[in-house]
Amino acid sequence: MGALFIRDIRLGLRAGGGVLIGILFFLAVIAVIPFGVGPDLKLLARIGPAMLWIGALLATLLGLDRLFQADRDDGSLDLLIMAQERHMLALTILVKCLSHWTVSVLPLVIASPLLGLFMNMEPPAIGATTLTLLVGTPAITLIGAVGAAVAVSLPRGGLLVSVIILPLTIPVLIFGVSASYGAVEDPAPFLAPFLILAAITLFFAVLGPLAAAAALKSSTD
Amino acid sequence: MSDAVSKTGRWIDLANPTRFLSLAGAILPWLGGLTALVLAIGFWLSMQAPDDYQQGATVKIMFIHVPFAWLSMMCYTIMTIAALGTLVWRHPLADVSAKAAAPIGAVFTALALITGSLWGKPMWGTWWVWDARLTSVFVLFLMYLGIIALTRAMDDPAKSAKATAILTLVGFINIPIIKFSVDWWNTLHQPASVLRMGGSTIDPSLLWPLLVMAVGFTLLFFTMHIMAMRNEIWRRRVIAMRRVAARSAERRPMTQEGGQ
Amino acid sequence: MRLVAENLGGERGGERLFSGLDFAVSAGNALLVTGPNGAGKSTLLRIIAGLLVQAEGAVHLESPPQPYESLVAATHYLGHLNAMKPVLSIDENLRFWQSFNGAGRCSIVEALERVGLADIGHLPFGYLSTGQKRRASIARLLISDRPVWLLDEPTAGLDKASEMQFTGSMQQHLAGGGIIVAATHLPLGLAAKELSLGAAA
Repeated sequence: MGALFIRDIRLGLRAGGGVLIGILFFLAVIAVIPFGVGPDLKLLARIGPAMLWIGALLATLLGLDRLFQADRDDGSLDLLIMAQERHMLALTILVKCLSHWTVSVLPLVIASPLLGLFMNMEPPAIGATTLTLLVGTPAITLIGAVGAAVAVSLPRGGLLVSVIILPLTIPVLIFGVSASYGAVEDPAPFLAPFLILAAITLFFAVLGPLAAAAALKSSTD
Repeated sequence: MSDAVSKTGRWIDLANPTRFLSLAGAILPWLGGLTALVLAIGFWLSMQAPDDYQQGATVKIMFIHVPFAWLSMMCYTIMTIAALGTLVWRHPLADVSAKAAAPIGAVFTALALITGSLWGKPMWGTWWVWDARLTSVFVLFLMYLGIIALTRAMDDPAKSAKATAILTLVGFINIPIIKFSVDWWNTLHQPASVLRMGGSTIDPSLLWPLLVMAVGFTLLFFTMHIMAMRNEIWRRRVIAMRRVAARSAERRPMTQEGGQ
Repeated sequence: MRLVAENLGGERGGERLFSGLDFAVSAGNALLVTGPNGAGKSTLLRIIAGLLVQAEGAVHLESPPQPYESLVAATHYLGHLNAMKPVLSIDENLRFWQSFNGAGRCSIVEALERVGLADIGHLPFGYLSTGQKRRASIARLLISDRPVWLLDEPTAGLDKASEMQFTGSMQQHLAGGGIIVAATHLPLGLAAKELSLGAAA
């Protein structure tokens, strides 16, 4: 399992700038917002956490369709599925999700404080948003694994994966954004939505890989 | 006539990567030494420069901010010329030059943004505003990253060279926008003060350190650019040699079976 | 150990390719699956590998040797695709499969020597020619122990010398009590039973 994690990290880093494209997309999404809503710094500061969350959500969805597609294209997926008595398939998928998150999503989380400055956000709001992104984005990847597994045998599954997953990620977005606002706006609580967010991530850490495993098993042909 | 011939001769000589490598090896120590010297003088002059009566010591950020901003645009201009070299003259080193310049330009642009933001916080009370100058430089940074991503995305350098060149040429529109944004729009960023009609508006005590620093960082850019080009040529040679190694290993199995 | 198929039927895309297939292969023996294109050779192998569900009948491994519990766990599958990553080196690819599938009698260095790639293990897989890629993929069979080998056109892209080498590896595997089921239209140089699918269908 460690070997699979290391292999996927290596692949993510070596194969043609995939990490860079995710961050670039995130930066570009944040950069167009001031053009859309106007460069009013107060307004930007208020919508900042929500915009960071939406940008991170879209950037996370961007590379998800390749999660299993690449392994299917070269035949590795067959062997990963065949090894399921040695390594439970759901566990294999969880490891693949973790390495995908480490390579493509963690850089987004690290870049988000910087983008918070662009949105003129206060330091507590930046900290809270980064923390909620750190806790919440794994859930998006894990939900995405289900979509990627369902669409793996489709030749043009890329866009379909995003369309399938987007509605399912709405709860993550709701609690992520409300926890971020909870940290800065006084009456709103921070801890309650934050804990729910962590619970969602843990819940999908179990459900996502199991569902994806079932989908992958039936996908072979 | 003979002058023209020798000029083309040298042009073709330089086009040869091997010739470039030996030339780079000869130039680099001198260029590096000169860079260190000019930058050292520049830093010393900057330390000696008086504080601004309004801005205090923060004005000294200018001594690095302005050279970084200048280099971010110069690097893109060099990449544009290299892109023309790839598309029009099919110069073999043009693509290497563009690919090597992109990460350096991205770093200088990022440094210009960071130093500008450090300067802006005490002056404007905020790290970042979305005015024309800052936004257009941020767009330049995004374009650098996009070009880097494109050069990395394709394995075959010949294929990625043309795509990158076209993207670079299209993106060049942004450079005049950055340069004249402070004149065209009413922005928070101060208007041009060094290079302008009717002479500079900066006091000579600040202008001299700034100019020396600008020259120093420009030299630093060229040193790093030549080193990066050399790396890129070596990297391509390593790839070519590995492919040859894979081909030549093809003849082995017969003899090995004899040994089994 | 015996690989047994009873009344096996397979279909692809709703079309029945073969049915009522009965065969048994015991330890140390090979079965060659032959037949024209589209006769269902690959389908049969993928059914045995557990990657496709059979339309009827059953296939199982009688008294599998320790520590394998079932047919799939005891099986190496070499399909049309090589299951290797072009950006990783041959060594890295093989090291991954070895730690994922478990170590075998043969180390990676020995396996690479046996397929004639010993000198270029450090090269990225993507740089290799078709035949070299196939040989690297064959090395994957050698580095992890599995008693049952399912080979789908194993010699595709191999030259004469590599084919002979591969025959040697297969004979060694059979001599060690293994089972081979190979789909091919080329003679593999093995003394083996033949299952002709075109006739069976």
